[in-house]
Amino acid sequence: MDEIIEEFLVESHENLDRLDVELVELEEHPDSSELIGSIFRNVHTIKGTAGFFEFPHLESVAHAAESLLSLLRDRELELSTAITSALLASVDAIRSMLVIISDTGSDGNNAHGDLVARLHALMTGDSADHQPGADAETSEADTEIETSEIETGDAEISDAETETDDPGADHVLVAEAANTPELPEPVAEAPDSTTAPTGPADTSIRVDVGLLDRLMNLVGELVLARNQVLQHQSNSGDSTFQSTSQQLDLITTELQEGVMKTRMQPIGNVWAKLPRVVRDLATHCDKKVRLVMEGEETELDKTLIEAIKDPLTHIVRNSVDHGLESTAARIAAGKPEVGILKLRAVHEGGQVIIEISDDGAGLNYTRIREKAVSSGLITADRAGQLSDRETANLIFRPGFSTAAAVTNVSGRGVGMDVVKTNVEKIGGSLEITSQQGEGTTLTIKIPLTLAIIPALIISSDGDRYLIPQINLVEVLRVDGASTDSKLEMAGDAPVLRLREKLLPIVHLRSVLDLPDGGVNPEGVSIAVLDADGIQFGLVVDQINDTEEIVVKPLSPHLKSIGCFAGTTIMGDGAVSLILDAIGIARIGGVFLGKEHRVEAVEAVDSDDRRSRTQMVLVCTVAQQRVGIPLSHVSRLEDLPSDTIERADGTDVIQYRDQLLRLVYLGATVPGGRPDGELPEILQVLVHESHAGIHGLVVDEIIDVFEVDMDTQTGPDGVRISGVIGRRVTDLINIERLIEIAESGRSLITTGSSS
Amino acid sequence: MIRLYATFSVAGTLFGVDATDVQEILLPQRLTRVPLASPDVNGLANLRGQVVVTIDLRTMLGLPPLEDGIPTVNIVLRTEHGPVSIVVDEVGDVLEVHDDDLDTPPPTLSLPTRDLVTAVHKLDDQLLLVLDVKRTAQPVAA
Repeated sequence: MDEIIEEFLVESHENLDRLDVELVELEEHPDSSELIGSIFRNVHTIKGTAGFFEFPHLESVAHAAESLLSLLRDRELELSTAITSALLASVDAIRSMLVIISDTGSDGNNAHGDLVARLHALMTGDSADHQPGADAETSEADTEIETSEIETGDAEISDAETETDDPGADHVLVAEAANTPELPEPVAEAPDSTTAPTGPADTSIRVDVGLLDRLMNLVGELVLARNQVLQHQSNSGDSTFQSTSQQLDLITTELQEGVMKTRMQPIGNVWAKLPRVVRDLATHCDKKVRLVMEGEETELDKTLIEAIKDPLTHIVRNSVDHGLESTAARIAAGKPEVGILKLRAVHEGGQVIIEISDDGAGLNYTRIREKAVSSGLITADRAGQLSDRETANLIFRPGFSTAAAVTNVSGRGVGMDVVKTNVEKIGGSLEITSQQGEGTTLTIKIPLTLAIIPALIISSDGDRYLIPQINLVEVLRVDGASTDSKLEMAGDAPVLRLREKLLPIVHLRSVLDLPDGGVNPEGVSIAVLDADGIQFGLVVDQINDTEEIVVKPLSPHLKSIGCFAGTTIMGDGAVSLILDAIGIARIGGVFLGKEHRVEAVEAVDSDDRRSRTQMVLVCTVAQQRVGIPLSHVSRLEDLPSDTIERADGTDVIQYRDQLLRLVYLGATVPGGRPDGELPEILQVLVHESHAGIHGLVVDEIIDVFEVDMDTQTGPDGVRISGVIGRRVTDLINIERLIEIAESGRSLITTGSSS
Repeated sequence: MIRLYATFSVAGTLFGVDATDVQEILLPQRLTRVPLASPDVNGLANLRGQVVVTIDLRTMLGLPPLEDGIPTVNIVLRTEHGPVSIVVDEVGDVLEVHDDDLDTPPPTLSLPTRDLVTAVHKLDDQLLLVLDVKRTAQPVAA
């Protein structure tokens, strides 16, 4: 495509983003002639350029919007919600046409006639002056072209800090001034002037992001080389070498900071889209919302900015939709009618903290618990024990938010669990706090940058490994003398008693299949790690030091191992592996506990939705192998068969204050009993669902396999055969099976009563 | 067509890879072992700031390891997954080979080797087995 059209697209996207912000702002300050002036010029520029490039549909929409704006500017028309909405709709229409242009080179077939008519209708009465006369229009457009074309160069640079989705906009503005330039001050009376706004054009240039990435990599190399030199320096008696290497150290640090800064962008770039989102949503839900932003200038790495864009938008939508109450409810609660949604960003301790708070009703813990129980996430027993904080965290569970009120607005298939996963993917964390009746605050903490992270160096069997600081909770040494921490055995499982809590213990040597190191008489070094919210103790040979490391991606040869997150090069030039806390926990069996197991399996599913991998529990029933998706099994139990009682025409066992209905997988009749004697101890898989709690009785449990399979069902809707673990296995659709068993049961009962 | 092959030997057999696929030849590097990796992964090496996987060609071809103390050489190959280093016994010359001397590998070639060798060149004094770089450097599940 022509470079000049490319430029027009980039520039127009930036202008449109600004229009979004300014139009919403205009609603709050309808009298601001500066704002109207700026909006008008913006639309005018788009119209002029569209005419020049001969994009007729684009031009007609822009023209209609411009005519409407000129009435507003001349105070011949009062701003109304309808007008703002129509103008925003024009922005959307123009944006969609720009996308078509960048794909096809023409502005498509949609003339947006409705929209143009709507804009004209809003101009009531005054149409004679402003109706586009064909002849007048052409000549007007001709004169405009020159001015708007001249403007292109400057305007593009000064607006460049606004992020767009356009591929051509893959640039970061490198500004000499640390702060982002304010929006250009519009010239007071310049109705038709297309004067280019004066911006930091002289002090900034556009740089390709690829080049910045390369620079960042090189600086990473330099940091490594510096570390190596420094290591050498401490062993060297040469004083010149020592002072030179110290200088190298200083310069490298400064260069690193400098290069990292070039990739930094103010978070305001992402926030710029939010006023529009909030406005549209508030109008849609019929709520009044004021969006307050603090710390827009807080900077973070461009890749991180990209990564938090969607989660942030989702949280904001959620806050408006679920967090804030309706106007009526607010008045009833004695609160001001307009709800406040506040975004705040600050730098704190090498992290960026983003808070999204609303002054709504707060989380309804009772309802969350009920919902979690009814959707089978936790048991009623467990729900009773949950603290408010733990309850709040339930909303991040996969399957929760979709089950929660699905509205037009928030039921878009993205749950808070996805938000959480996305934030964690970039090494961040997400926390929610809420005060009943006063509001909810979501706090996102993310690192400033990804490439260089602090990590703890540990060693095992003579090799060094790294644990990212973000996964590290604490480091401790347990010997016989310590009083507040103690290693014990719970059955055959080693546990750590730490300040009245029990943590599962995983030995790094056994996870990595390294030779057993024997018992260290001086005590055991343990790093307490957090994997996906679950803490466990990792026993290592030695805990060394923390260091800033440059993360190198893991070679594809090693990805399938699953317990390494990456590699790095140490100060002495050797390569070391970075441990993946979640992978270690998984291999170490930390996730096998009931609730965590379900979570872990579902996390795998959502990570890897396309490959449809399932964890399948394989057991035998009447000499046949059957597989049951692990996510459907809450617990495995050994239950004595002499506790079986009859109720409602079926076998039940009293189980945790509930009636566990038994479903014999080996039975020939659905809902019936297998032929022959029952064994003394029954192997029971406990399944919880909306239909109640069921115990699936099997003969023997074999193992858990990871299976790549569709969840399609066979002819009877119950089983399909496949090969799991090299043997033919029937995969069972439990829901359907229970349905059949239940219907069999009700047949029997109605039969006997009639 | 004339092709250039970088040659090397493993257990007395002459192998060759397309010379344009070779990034460099290195003496043995300090390696970091990778627990749980497949047996042919020797470890990770630091190649001027880049982390490179080192693969033992003997293990890959199902041959017994060299006795300790016998020097080996690393050939760093350019692959779609970045550089991959393979350990061989000895490096030979870069040979110019004419396409006409190309033959298909004998079907009786034993398995790991048969999978990796794409062609056989009839040199005057011996045979040159052409190794498929892509397949050799392909990640295998641990």
